Amino acid sequence: MQLHRSILENSIQDIQDKLQEMAALSLAAIDQAITSLKTGDIALAERVIVGDEKVNELEVEIEQAVVVTIATQQPAAGDLRAIIAGLQIATELERIGDHAASIAKVTVRMQGEKLMKPLIDIPRMAQAGSAMLLKALKAYETQDSLLAHEVASDDEEMDLLNTQIIRELLSYMVEDPAKIAQGSNLLWVTHNLERVGDRATNIGERVIFMKTGKTLDLN
Amino acid sequence: MVANKTAERPLTAKPVVSERASSGTGNLALDARDVHVFYGDFEAVKGISLPVHEKEITALIGPSGCGKSTLLRCFNRMNDVVSGVRIEGQILYKGQDIYASQVDPVAVRRRIGMVFQKANPFPKSIYKNVAWGAKINGFKGDMDALVEKSLRQAALWDEVKDKLHQSGLSLSGGQQQRLCIARTLAIEPDVILMDEPASALDPIATSKIEELMLELKENYTIVVVTHNMQQAARVSDRTALLWLGELVEYNDTQTIFTNPSQQKTEDYITGRHG
Repeated sequence: MQLHRSILENSIQDIQDKLQEMAALSLAAIDQAITSLKTGDIALAERVIVGDEKVNELEVEIEQAVVVTIATQQPAAGDLRAIIAGLQIATELERIGDHAASIAKVTVRMQGEKLMKPLIDIPRMAQAGSAMLLKALKAYETQDSLLAHEVASDDEEMDLLNTQIIRELLSYMVEDPAKIAQGSNLLWVTHNLERVGDRATNIGERVIFMKTGKTLDLN
Repeated sequence: MVANKTAERPLTAKPVVSERASSGTGNLALDARDVHVFYGDFEAVKGISLPVHEKEITALIGPSGCGKSTLLRCFNRMNDVVSGVRIEGQILYKGQDIYASQVDPVAVRRRIGMVFQKANPFPKSIYKNVAWGAKINGFKGDMDALVEKSLRQAALWDEVKDKLHQSGLSLSGGQQQRLCIARTLAIEPDVILMDEPASALDPIATSKIEELMLELKENYTIVVVTHNMQQAARVSDRTALLWLGELVEYNDTQTIFTNPSQQKTEDYITGRHG
């Protein structure tokens, strides 16, 4: 049965490799989108927006690989769950890529406008989101459901940061209505980062499903 | 695995239509062109054209009576021995029409071997089962080496090397089928036709046969008839669906099993029809 196993295992590995590629692109996109926002680098922001296409293409490739693997190799049990989890994680990563592109679009929209204050908590939130994503992917790679549960715990910090930033931005906007336009843009950035955290948590849920067959709602 | 050298051997004592053999068909091992097969008045195969690519596994699927085994048997003239059969159209093997009047059907079967549904070893030793075909074909080389090579290619050597002189019939069903494959390989064919090679075997023995097919396609062209659609999906590169003697769809296996172009194919592979 070795050869059959190896065909199926190669297919699963191929899906996992593509997921890692998607993850690397998505993480880089978040980092670059935040850098573009901090520095007003419109060219960098535009590169992030264009780069999202590659993430989308990978999602399509993974979907095709999953369909072909299920149709031709008839995976069962843990193999089947790993493949289904891979498809669902690809969707989460594709959306994370979209969130990064949305942040980059804010940079483009702001057209180099001077920031109302140096950005501190927004980059912190981005780092926390990226760390969650890395942890979720590590959990997937190592099939570690305990680590996947940790991702959900980390999301609480993201939510606290989000609440804190919203409060701060609202107070700036209340004090000076001229800051409402930029404040709204930055609120949109935090919303996207908060969603990155949620999606990393969703990936954790898929890892738990893959490992245990149980579907949990950790959000 | 040792590369087989049969491709250069002519189908007759003198090479015929050798110019055609070297042109026109590209990487096709076999090419059925508008093949009709009649059993008396009954037309079992109705004008099928089907190119078979070299060093690939081509699966023929379809419900009972669709003509897939009849078509398979045309590929090495096994239908010649059935009385009342009439075949029209052409089957080209590397560009040569195997039904041309000067072609020797025995020479065809040396190049295009066959494995049947039910393992049919001779009531002789494992060694003699493998050596038999080569012997009657006048093989003058090292018979021990040929037997070992064939058994290794058929993934059976390790299981039988210490009992080569026991009866082939003493082996399990799956081993007997691999012995029959070894017997076919010993003739050094180019193409192996398999008619439901695993339908009488349990899942583990079936897996071994499928594994073997995947290994053999490195050096041989395989055409397999199977009722087991999952088997076709797992092992084949291309799949043809036959229906009431007609070819419904022929495409790469991934397409057939994920996005077939014909509704009848969709219905058959999803179990709605047939």
